[in-house]
Amino acid sequence: MNSILGLISTGPKIVFPSISYKAIGPEIILIVGALVIMLISSLAPSLKRTKAIGAMAFAVTAIALIDSIVLWSNFVSHGASRAIASSIVLDGFAIFLMITISSAALLSVLAGEAYLSRSRIGRVEYHCLLLLSSAGAILLASAGDLIVVFLGLEILSIALYVMAAFEKRNQLSGEAGLKYFILGGFSSAIFLYGIALTYGATGTTNIQKIASFLATNTVTSNGVLLAGIALLIVGLGFKVAAVPFHLWTPDVYQGAPAAASGYMAAVAKAAGFAGLLRILITAFPTQRLDWQPIIWGLAALTLVVGAILAIVQSDIKRMLAYSSINHAGFVLLGVAAGTAGGVSGSLYYLIAYTFMVIGTFAIVNVFEDSDTGVVPIERLRGLARTNPALALFMAVLLVAQAGAPLTTGLLAKFSVIAATVKAHSYILAVIAMLSAVIATFFYLRVVAVMYSKVPQDKVSESPIDDEEVLVFASGGDGDLGSFDRPEGDLAVLAPAKVAVARSLRISTEAKIVVGISILFTVGFGIFPNPLVHMADLAKLLF
Amino acid sequence: MEGLIFLIPAMPLAGFFINLFFGRFLPKRVVGWLATALVGVSFVIALTEYFHLLSLTSAARALAPNLFTWFAVGHLSIHFGAYLDPLSSVMILFVTGVATLIHAYSIGYMDHDPRFRTFFVYLNLFVFSMLVLVLANNFVVAFLGWEGVGACSYWLISFWFDRDSAASAGKKAFIINRIGDFGYMLGMFLLFEVAKSLNYTSVFGNIASSAAHGGHPFISGPQATAIALLLFVGAAGKSAQIPLFVWLVDAMEGPTPVSALIHAATMVTAGVYLMARVAPIIHLSSNAGTVIAIVGAATAFVAATAATAQNDIKKVLAYSTVSQLGYMFLGIGSGAYVAAIFLMITHAFYKALLFLGAGSVIHSLGDEQDIKKMGALYKLMPITGFTFIIAWLSIAGLPPFSGFFSKGDVLLAAYSKSPILWAVGAITAILTAYYMGREVYLVFFGSPRYREALTNHDGHGAHSEPHESPKVMTVPLIILAIASILAGVMNLGISSSTDFLTNWLMPVFGKAQANLTFGGGTKVILEVGDIVFALLGIFIATRAWSKTASNPSLEVGFLKKGWQIDHLFDSVFARGSSGLAIELNEIVDNEVIDGAVNGSGRLIGALGGSLRGIQSGYVRSYALIISFGVVLILGFVITRAGL
Repeated sequence: MNSILGLISTGPKIVFPSISYKAIGPEIILIVGALVIMLISSLAPSLKRTKAIGAMAFAVTAIALIDSIVLWSNFVSHGASRAIASSIVLDGFAIFLMITISSAALLSVLAGEAYLSRSRIGRVEYHCLLLLSSAGAILLASAGDLIVVFLGLEILSIALYVMAAFEKRNQLSGEAGLKYFILGGFSSAIFLYGIALTYGATGTTNIQKIASFLATNTVTSNGVLLAGIALLIVGLGFKVAAVPFHLWTPDVYQGAPAAASGYMAAVAKAAGFAGLLRILITAFPTQRLDWQPIIWGLAALTLVVGAILAIVQSDIKRMLAYSSINHAGFVLLGVAAGTAGGVSGSLYYLIAYTFMVIGTFAIVNVFEDSDTGVVPIERLRGLARTNPALALFMAVLLVAQAGAPLTTGLLAKFSVIAATVKAHSYILAVIAMLSAVIATFFYLRVVAVMYSKVPQDKVSESPIDDEEVLVFASGGDGDLGSFDRPEGDLAVLAPAKVAVARSLRISTEAKIVVGISILFTVGFGIFPNPLVHMADLAKLLF
Repeated sequence: MEGLIFLIPAMPLAGFFINLFFGRFLPKRVVGWLATALVGVSFVIALTEYFHLLSLTSAARALAPNLFTWFAVGHLSIHFGAYLDPLSSVMILFVTGVATLIHAYSIGYMDHDPRFRTFFVYLNLFVFSMLVLVLANNFVVAFLGWEGVGACSYWLISFWFDRDSAASAGKKAFIINRIGDFGYMLGMFLLFEVAKSLNYTSVFGNIASSAAHGGHPFISGPQATAIALLLFVGAAGKSAQIPLFVWLVDAMEGPTPVSALIHAATMVTAGVYLMARVAPIIHLSSNAGTVIAIVGAATAFVAATAATAQNDIKKVLAYSTVSQLGYMFLGIGSGAYVAAIFLMITHAFYKALLFLGAGSVIHSLGDEQDIKKMGALYKLMPITGFTFIIAWLSIAGLPPFSGFFSKGDVLLAAYSKSPILWAVGAITAILTAYYMGREVYLVFFGSPRYREALTNHDGHGAHSEPHESPKVMTVPLIILAIASILAGVMNLGISSSTDFLTNWLMPVFGKAQANLTFGGGTKVILEVGDIVFALLGIFIATRAWSKTASNPSLEVGFLKKGWQIDHLFDSVFARGSSGLAIELNEIVDNEVIDGAVNGSGRLIGALGGSLRGIQSGYVRSYALIISFGVVLILGFVITRAGL
């Protein structure tokens, strides 16, 4: 980027920066991996509908994860560094998020397999889009320049638009993708305009240079600069679903396949917050008094609106969408604090949320119906009887999201609220905790439904059960090969029993995803030290 | 000796795991007795620890062994460690003691229940959580126990979840406790901000040393007020103070041993314990104590009046518990921490006795709980009846029963704080003697009215006649009755050498404990007054209820509904509970399905048309709102820009 800027000021001599491929290793792995998978699938079309594609995607994400961990250990021993003309920053913050994002991608490939073997469409495309969007997210996390932030944001978003619209048989999904695309384009334009204004005010798009410019110069007429910051916040606020830029979230999360929604919730948030934290805290520390009130207001609104609207939802995907908005409010607390404690609190929150939300959506996926994409909470009624293990795991993931002790959820909420109190934003801390109390209601509600029994008299005439029959019928139309269930038995089962049989069909991949999520959430809930220590080390490089 | 402390919570935890994983392979009796025995072992260990503390000098009576460091973030490092001082040792003794008896009693009471094993799993976990709360050496680990107690109570209250009322009562308990937790957490954060530590030893040590050196107090007055009152919100949630008491009354939906365990020994005392624990902080504040005392006195009075109009045998006791807890907070607010703890212990005995006695009655009448449908049971159930009467006289505050001494101490302190508080407490004392008298007369004396109940409810097989409960239930009753009579010996208030409890606890409270001095005969007059109040209440009850079971003029509807506070709560929190209510009432069907199919723009009812309009599903309106947000933020930055 700098070379282009240099071009404008010094003449036609193009200086290429030295490129450290190691610094963008995970991005390269993910993008090359996606290309290789596309290539293989077009050379050997017979593979297209097999799990081999999923296995390859899994391998790619695993390598990316390992590479991120290698980068982390390098960072721990050698400290942070910059690369490619300072447009890439390899600090603890970036690498922590690389690990978060590549773990999310790894889990989502598995969850995606669980979804694709049910839905049987576009297996190759789904995985490739997922890999590409992760590459974008990682690029965003390690961006040291506003243009690179934008590049990462777009690579991430465009892939996500398609993933949202992936379930083409389902009208809601198409609608979701289109909405996301239009509004996303709108917010990208706003973000880009923010970059332009910032460039106008400071003469650079490099985050480090912006900071040093602002530290050494007093901007007398700072209207342009402040407007630029405001627009950057709006653009990223859209990605992280901060109120009032959240409106796409419920529609998209509901319309998209559950596996994709879980991925979006985790990765889009992690990447969006990476940008927000990096830009506000490293580029504009001098402008803190100007942006802090904005974030304060966004956080308060996001916390409250997310929690209250989640209560009245009856579709679990929509409920989780509003719950993700509420979670975004909590991460915003860390941003609003603007301190080192706030940053590490936000990071801890993001990684904890990543595992919880992907696990939750992987379970929701089991109950999803491909034609409408809806999952009424009622469909989980009595799950504790029919599949106690699944009900227990779902309950654990939900109460973890509510911030229950001995899960990562508690310490996540604890660390961001502690940072808020430390920054003396007592009112915001109170709002956050009130919203946490409200949030308990809707998580508990799902748990209560799972642990209550199916009313016997309603079995025959309940519309849910009719729907279950339809699902069964449509499932039966296709090839039954991969459904390992006794065909003969089902014909004689009562409708309610069909629901049971359906809920028991959980793919191995989904089991692994849920297992890892639970292990992570409870394991680091009981022994949080390593993770807390990591989040503590993951500082921003100024 | 120090390491043994960890065995105290470990025992019920072991019971929890054994019964959880292997319970299904064990015979029912084994499950029940194993759970009971393990809590009993905890009690024995607690006893040895008590003697160990006793052998130390009073200054050295604070052990803080560490198990492991849980996490360390910045300046905050949280250890899983125990803190055993005179206060926590008293707490664990009576928590494990009463819990053991209730476990044993449950073996008989839950005998017919198909989920017998599950019940003991919960029960053990509950006791474990409570012990973690009490023994923790810092506010965070105590909070784990605090939350655990809340969660277990939710499971136990809604144990019979197929009864709608039980399920909703469980949720109410959980939600109100969450409100309290919120106060606890905020108080904790603020304390950390001010004190830079959440460890008891360091926080209270710093307070004490800065007080000893004179100079600047470690926590300033206003800070201490804020921290103390926030923690009090937590305590009010757990210990059912106005206006957060509604859950405790509904919690009666749980099995009776649960009511006894929650109301007598464990959960509700958590708030009192917390307040006693932070006594040094309350002491630094000038107003927090007054607020706590006023809330306590008001709760005592309101709940006592409500208790006079209840017809459910357990609801009377529930309101009575709320009222007694009010007394405890009155004591704490008046600086009489020892008296509050004293009342908590004696109350644990007689309230556990009352609940178990009530359970015994309910059990023998095939699950009938309406006292209007009882009567004349004394002759049929002599042990239950006799012990119940002992509990009545004790709670009424008649000498020589334990309640006289403990309640007397609280009222003395209240008098020195303010005569108005004392007067409220005194009127409550009359009411207490009265409403318990009413219950005793309606249940055990007068005309038999239980025939109908026995034919209506075909409870446990064919009952021809109410009968005394089995030994496993009556033995705990007898033990508790003896304890109710004798517990007063702990603190007779005659001379300082016989005030064992005061001497034991004084090192913990130190200067926070109010020093009461009364001129001349004031103390004697006040104590005689206590006896007069008790007798007055008993006298009114006898006049009104010994002959008849119907006296509508004494049962005010407004009081019956608990001063409408429950109703108020429902309407205030209607939004919150509506989500639960929707699910509960199963009105989901059409709305949910239609709504879900319609997709977006479907924010039904609750939040009204305006919000629904926002989430319309139209991209153009979404874009408009985003633009609106942009304009708002730009408007804000313009006000800050030096253009």
